[in-house]
Order: sequence, then structure tokens, then C-alpha cells
Amino acid sequence: MMSLGAWNAIVPMACVTAAAIAAMVAEAFRAPGERMPIGPLGAIGLVGAGISSALLWNHNASSFGVVLADNFGLFITIILVIVGLLSIAISEPTIDRERLPRGEYYALMLFAIAGMMLMATATDLLVIFLALEVLSLAVYVLTGIRRDSPTATEAALKYFLLGAFSSAFFLYGIAFTYGLTGSTRLDRVGSLFEAQATSPTPMQLLAVGLLLVGFAFKVSAVPFHMWTPDAYEGAPPAVTGFMSTGVKAAAFGAFVRVFLAAFYPLRSNWSLIVWVIAAATMIVGTVVGVSQSSVKRMLAYSSIAHGGYLLVALLSGNDLGKGAVLFYLLTYAVTNIGAFGVISVLDNFDRPNDQVRDYAGLWYEHPALATLMTIFLLSLGGFPPLAGFVAKWYVFSAAVKAGYTGLAIIGMLTSVVSVFFYLRVIVMMYMTTTETPARFPAIPRMAGLALVVSAIVVFYLGILPTRVLDWAAASISTIF
Amino acid sequence: MPFPILTSIVALPVVGAAALLLVRDEEANERLVRNIALIVSILVFAETLLLWSRFNAASPDFQFVERHAWIPSFGISYFVGVDGISLLLVVLTGFLTPIALLSSWDSVHKRTKAFSIFVLLLESAMMGVFISLDLFLFYVFWDAMLVPMYFLIGIWGYDRRIYAAVKFILYTMAGSVLMLLAILGLAYLHSLGAGGAYSFDLLQLYQLDISRPLQFWFFLAFALAFAIKVPLFPFHTWLPDAHVEAPTAGSVILAGVLLKMGTYGFVRFAFPLFPQAASLFAAPLAFLAVVGIIYGALVAMVQPDMKKLVAYSSVSHLGFVVLGIAAMNTQGVQGAVYQMLNHGVSTGGLFLIVGMLSDRRHTRLITEYGGLKKVTPRLVAVFLIVTLSSIGLPGLNGFVGEFLILLGAFRWNPRFAAFAATGVILSATYMLWMFQRVNYGKVTNEKNATLPDLEPREWFVIAPIVAMTIVMGVVPNLFLRPIEPAVNRMLSQMQEGSPGRVQVSIAPDARDGRRPAATNVIAVTRSRR
Repeated sequence: MMSLGAWNAIVPMACVTAAAIAAMVAEAFRAPGERMPIGPLGAIGLVGAGISSALLWNHNASSFGVVLADNFGLFITIILVIVGLLSIAISEPTIDRERLPRGEYYALMLFAIAGMMLMATATDLLVIFLALEVLSLAVYVLTGIRRDSPTATEAALKYFLLGAFSSAFFLYGIAFTYGLTGSTRLDRVGSLFEAQATSPTPMQLLAVGLLLVGFAFKVSAVPFHMWTPDAYEGAPPAVTGFMSTGVKAAAFGAFVRVFLAAFYPLRSNWSLIVWVIAAATMIVGTVVGVSQSSVKRMLAYSSIAHGGYLLVALLSGNDLGKGAVLFYLLTYAVTNIGAFGVISVLDNFDRPNDQVRDYAGLWYEHPALATLMTIFLLSLGGFPPLAGFVAKWYVFSAAVKAGYTGLAIIGMLTSVVSVFFYLRVIVMMYMTTTETPARFPAIPRMAGLALVVSAIVVFYLGILPTRVLDWAAASISTIF
Repeated sequence: MPFPILTSIVALPVVGAAALLLVRDEEANERLVRNIALIVSILVFAETLLLWSRFNAASPDFQFVERHAWIPSFGISYFVGVDGISLLLVVLTGFLTPIALLSSWDSVHKRTKAFSIFVLLLESAMMGVFISLDLFLFYVFWDAMLVPMYFLIGIWGYDRRIYAAVKFILYTMAGSVLMLLAILGLAYLHSLGAGGAYSFDLLQLYQLDISRPLQFWFFLAFALAFAIKVPLFPFHTWLPDAHVEAPTAGSVILAGVLLKMGTYGFVRFAFPLFPQAASLFAAPLAFLAVVGIIYGALVAMVQPDMKKLVAYSSVSHLGFVVLGIAAMNTQGVQGAVYQMLNHGVSTGGLFLIVGMLSDRRHTRLITEYGGLKKVTPRLVAVFLIVTLSSIGLPGLNGFVGEFLILLGAFRWNPRFAAFAATGVILSATYMLWMFQRVNYGKVTNEKNATLPDLEPREWFVIAPIVAMTIVMGVVPNLFLRPIEPAVNRMLSQMQEGSPGRVQVSIAPDARDGRRPAATNVIAVTRSRR
């Protein structure tokens, strides 16, 4: 049975890939005008991935020596399953309205998820790169899936060019690492670096720096964040919700694995740079976010800022920090998809309704939708008793414990600034009325359900976080 | 297991709010919504009275304690209890909420259901702040409370309500995030001493031995949060805006309860947790308090708007409270706690009366009024009583608190007391001058000639306030009795607190068999290490 056991670790991504292929085939054999439940098909694959991850829990299954389904990776896999399910639920109305090719849309999304899962569980730099490319290519196409929209095309091209650029950095970093250590396996790289850690060579630092740039691009850390607002604005809101959370989760998973395992011996050399990047990311994300008039751009900058908080957790490097990364990714995923889900529901064909002023009086038109949006925005702002508060608190506990008080202070203050722009939307929804209320479409059932579920999870993680906190804490104990 | 009365006090308003959610949002249901909200808040008030009646006033301990693990890996628990200080603030909150709800029956017609829900959620969060004995729990309530208040100001306020609401929430948050950091720091400090075990338990954190420089920074972080909330001069600028723009119910709760959270924070957290830093900062705090007393009074004097006048009078009155706390002796702190209650009652009353006038005339400018005494004699009569109580006339509540505070301040540092005493005179000046311009003389504006006098609903709103001003002025001991042991405990904790800290132990109440009702008691005993 050993031969079969060797495949265990890739079962979750195999489920998702199978669903993606099925979606493609189904689209190919679809009669014109026939409606096929391709979304539910993808959901089945995702549920399969979720179940197999749950079964793999605590088993530390390893496949081919390059994929390790430890609890850390599985936690992120489960986050990705949640991201996928919610994204499918909120995508349906967009697909119908924009007449997007349903099968291709879901196939791309599922391939991207498979890539993300691989990225989070890979323990070899080359496999990480492979996964990165799988997910990136799919997401580039998804960004530009509205082919007739100039902004979407521009966003996709921009994202693609900058993304390709960052991939080159990443690959260079791998090449240097391989040149120095003769291996791309994280554990071997780590032990070899460990031996030479007392006097790192410039070459080592170059390798670390190049990989850092590659990751910083993917998690949209300042100063490598330029593509984020454009890509987020140009993509359909459902896709933005998907990529802002999924890509971040996968990239941070690999980021933590590479920097807190393989490159940990060189920590004293990279910690200062990450410190600066984290501080800049939090500050730029919030300060620039204040001046945005488009809700999508505002949420793009907010997502940059949240990346900064995640970097603080990563930099803390202690057990608390690693657990905080996981918990934060989960709450951020649920909350942000919720917020983009609301935007996506409001989006109608002749009017995207994504400007802050479009939200005027939403509460009077659509009280339920406004309430949901409020819950998501307040959670992003870190108000108790919502999930965002516990997540931030977890991150800053880690920072205080690791002695990064300065970073914690910056984080606290920027989160106050960020509250300002979240409140702008709330002010619009509740405290202003407009002469010509925008025509809001009715809420589709699945999307509404997904939003309500997200809101419940936001409350659950805010009020009774214990269980998930413990899981997050237990996940990191299996590796590092 | 005894009935978890404190939890039920926090939970009942939330349950009420949830019940309101089920009511269909229609014009026809407005009465139903109002009645549900009012009944729920009255039930909560009844519960707080029950709490008081079963409270053992002779004991300095935390009573009605409940503790359940919440996030055990971080030593966070749902840990609540009241001592004499928080007990009365809980009762005050319970007292003012139904009044605030009832007062808005005529003025709030827009979205009554949401309004009632927000008031009830606010009540729950305020109660939570006063009963939390776990710093994490405290912070959760402290921050959660901002949201409903923000909506109350922003949706049902006056013209510049959005500006006021955003300013309110940002100011308070900016102050409190650094406190969160200090709380994290405290928990971490505890983990250093306790083999890695975090704790947010206030009673355990009281025992921490904190180095002087750390105390300095932690105290500053806490004090900033509380000073903004109080508000202490020069952090007061959000207050006039929020007060003026808030609907009457919001102003009553804001002045009556929210501001007390700042001063309560000083008494419960900042001072006893960091005694060395507190004695270092006592004089600067007292200085700011005295500046606030005089500055608030002078600015109040020149306000053309009654609501703004009352708002600045709050700055002045809260200055007294901080002065009493900074004096750090029994009279001072006891007076400060008593004055918190007084201010809640009399300033709440003033806002209610201004609200009644403004409901009638839709203006709050003093010059628009004049000669009301002939038109609405009953309204003017209660206005007079509340005004006098705010000034601190002997026989009414304000006098007792101010007297104790000045006594305490004098024993500590006569200069502060001397300057603060001018605030008493100034408050008489601006309040009486305003009262005179509004109520005496001829009816200058013909619109005022036909104003209706108090209607039955308004009697229900204002009569309890008037009654309380008299009761609290005549039998202050009723209220001072439970306060005193708790205040003395806090003070001795601070005095003996350096450098060998006080031992705070948790024990079932075995010594005091008199009151079987309050079995779940946490004793705070003093023993040198």
C-alpha cells in the first residue's frame, strides 16, 4: 500500500483538478443555450478536497518528497475550499449578467485553487514556483474575463506583465538558492543555510532578497503593490473577492514555509527588510485607501494593508505569529469575500455601483444587504465582537511577544485610519439619501446565502474563536 | 449555581434587540417596537435594582462573580463581577436607558425599530464595560459600544451629525487602540512571570510587579484612552460636536453613562494597575482637570446654544471627577464616584429638558426663548430643580459630590482645590444666566406664547430624574455606603502596592455569612509578600 499512500498528500488538489477538467469537458459538450450546473460541479470537487483534508489531518502525509500535507498546509487548503465555495456562490449572478463563459470561468477558478493548494503544501522551491504559475495564469485570465471591457483588459495585462516580472525574480531566487546549496528542497536548503548562518555570503542574501521580492509581489506588499488596485478594480467583483483572498492565502502559506523554515537561519538578515516592508505596507495601504472614491479600489488598498498585518505576524516568527497568520487568513478570507460579494450583488448591467457615492441610502433600499456590508466592513476595521478584531489582536499579541512594539503601534494606528474609510461607506449607506436612488437588483438566492453564512462565520470567529484558534495553534506545531 | 444575574443584565438587552429584529418594520408597528424596547429596558433596570438589594454594601469585594473560560489558551475568560463602584454605575445605566428611550417617543419617528435596537445594544455594551473583570472582555465591550453610538448620532442626529459621528468614533478609537497594546503588554508580562501562561484577569494583573518605565508607558496608554473618553482638557473637542448633534436619547446616554467610562477606567484600571506611574501623573492630571473645570465653564458661559452649553458644562463637571480621583484619598475618590452618578442624573436631566424645548420649538438657541415661566410653569419648575442640582446647591445631589471632591483635593493639595472651587462659582454663573434668559422676563418671541406644558409622557421621563436629584442630595449615605469599602480597597491597594505588591486572592466568601445571596464573592485581601 506504500505506493498508494504516496499519493495521499495530493488528494485534495486532485479532487479540485478533476472538477476543473470536468467543468471544461462539460462546457465543451454543452449544447448552445443549455444550462448546466457547472458551479455545483465545482462545489462537489471542493467539498471532496475539504473532506480529504479533514481525513489527512494530523497524518503528515507526504507525496514524492515535494508535497507535504501537514496541518499547516491543510489549514490553508481548508481556507481555500471555503474561498472556493463562497466564490462560486457569489459568481453565479455575475456570470449570468455578464454572459461569461460559465465552464471556462469555473475551470479557471478551480485550476487556480488547485495551484493555490499545491503552493500551500509544497516543500520544494521549484514546485512552489510551478504552483505559483498555475494559479497566476488562471487568475490573469479571470481578471480579464470580461473581454469587451477595456478596464478589465487593461487590468489583466497590467497584472500579467507585473506578475511575469515578479515570477522572474522568484525564479532567479530559486536559481541562486540552488547554486548555493545544490538543492531546491526546503529542508535541505534550511540545514545548509543553518551551517553557514554565522557569516552569510552576499550570494545568499541575494537569493533571499530575490525570493522576498517575488513573494512581496504576490502578497501585494509595498512597494510591489502597484498592480493591486488596477487589477482589483478591473476584474468582476466576484473574481476580485476570490483573488484577493485565495492568492493571499496561498502566497502567505508558501511565504511562511520558505522564510520561517528554509531561510530561518538567515533571519537576522531579512527581518529588518521585512520590518520596513510591513510598516510601509500598512501605512501606504491605509493612507492611500482614505482618498479612494471607488469602493473596489478602497478595498484593494485595504487588502494591501491587511497584507501588512499578515507580514507583522510572519515577522514575529514565533508560534503565536504562525498561528496568527492562519487565523488571520481565514477571517480575512471570509470577510473580504463577503464584502466583494455585496459589491457583486449590487453590480448591475448598466451600472457597476462600485463608487462610494453609489451606496447612498442603501440601507433604506436594501436593509439586509446594507447590514451585511456593515458587518463585513466593521470586521475589516477590527471592531469587536467580530472576527477581524480577534485576528488583529492575535497578530499584535505575536508582535508584542516578539518585541516588535513599534510595528504593533504602527499597526494599531493604521487600523484606526482604515476605520475612517470603512466608515465612509457606512456613512453613505445609512446617513445620506439620494435624489435618484440607484436601481439595485434583487439578491440572488445562492449569493444571499453565501453572504449570510459569511456573516455568521464572522460573528462566530469573533465571539467564540477558541476552537479555531486552537486548530490554528495546533497546525503550526507539526512543522517548524 | 446561583442565578447569573450580571450575565442576564448584559444579555437581556441583546435578547430584546433580537426580538425587535423579528418585528416587521412598518409604521403600524411603531408602538409595538417602542413598547418592547421600553419594557426590556425597564426589566433590566429592575434587575439592576435587584442586584443592588442583594449586594453586601459592607464588603469591599467583587460580588456576583461569574467566571467561564473563553479563550483558555490565552488566559482569557468571561469574568464579571461588581464592587461598590461599578454597582452604582450599573444601576445608573439601567436607570437612564428607559428614560432615554421614553424621551425619544416624540422626536424619533424615522426607523424606530433600528433606533431601539441600537439603544438596547448600547446598553448591553455599557453594562459590559462596568462589570468586566477581564481586560480582554473589558476592551471588547469598550470598543463594541462605539458602533451603536456612532449609528445613533449619525442617523438620528441633527444637521452636522455625520461629521460628529465620525469624529466621535475616530477620536475614541485612536485613544483606545494604544490601550489594547498596553493590555497585550500586560498579559505578556504576566506570561513572563507565570511560566508562559497569559492572563487578562484583572485581579491577577493587579499583582504584577511592573518596572517603573513600563508603568510609565502603560499608564500613558491607558490614560490617553480614558482621558479622551472623559473627556479631559485638551482631549475634549469631540464632545461638544457629539453632544450637540446627537438626538436627545443619545446625548442623555453619552453624558450620563459614556463619559463615566473614562473616569471609571481611571479608578478601576489605570490607577490601581500602575500605582507608581499614577502618583507620578496625579499632579499633571489634576492640573489638566482644573484647567478643564475653568475652561469648560468659561466656554459654556458664552454659548448661544443650550445644548452646547450643557456639553461644555460636562467638560467642567468631569474635571471635578478627575480631580477627585487624582487626589487619591478616600474623600476625593468617593466624591468622584458619587459625582459620576450625580452628573449622570443632572446632566442627563438637562439634556432631556433641552430636548423637550427643542421638540417644541425646533431650536436650541437661548435667544429664541424668554419668559417661559408664564407659559410652561411646570416645565420651568423641573428645569429649575435640575439646574440647581447641576450647580451643586446644598440639599440636591451635586453638592455632596463636589464638596467631597474639594475636601479630598484640599487635603492633597490646597492649590488645586482653590482653583477648582472657582468652577463652582462659574457654574452657578453660566447655568443661572442661561436659566434666567430662557425662563424669566417677558415672552419676547410670540411663538413661545402657546407652547404646551409637560405632557404625561414627559412627566414619566423627567420625574424620576427630579426625584433622584433630591434623594441623592438628602440621603447620600445610601449611595456612599457601598462605594466606600471599594474605594478604600482600591486606595490601600495602591498605597501598599509599591514595591512589594498587594496579594489579591480569590476565596469563597466564608467570613461573611450574613448575606447568603452574594455567595460568589471574590475577596481582595491585603497581605505583604
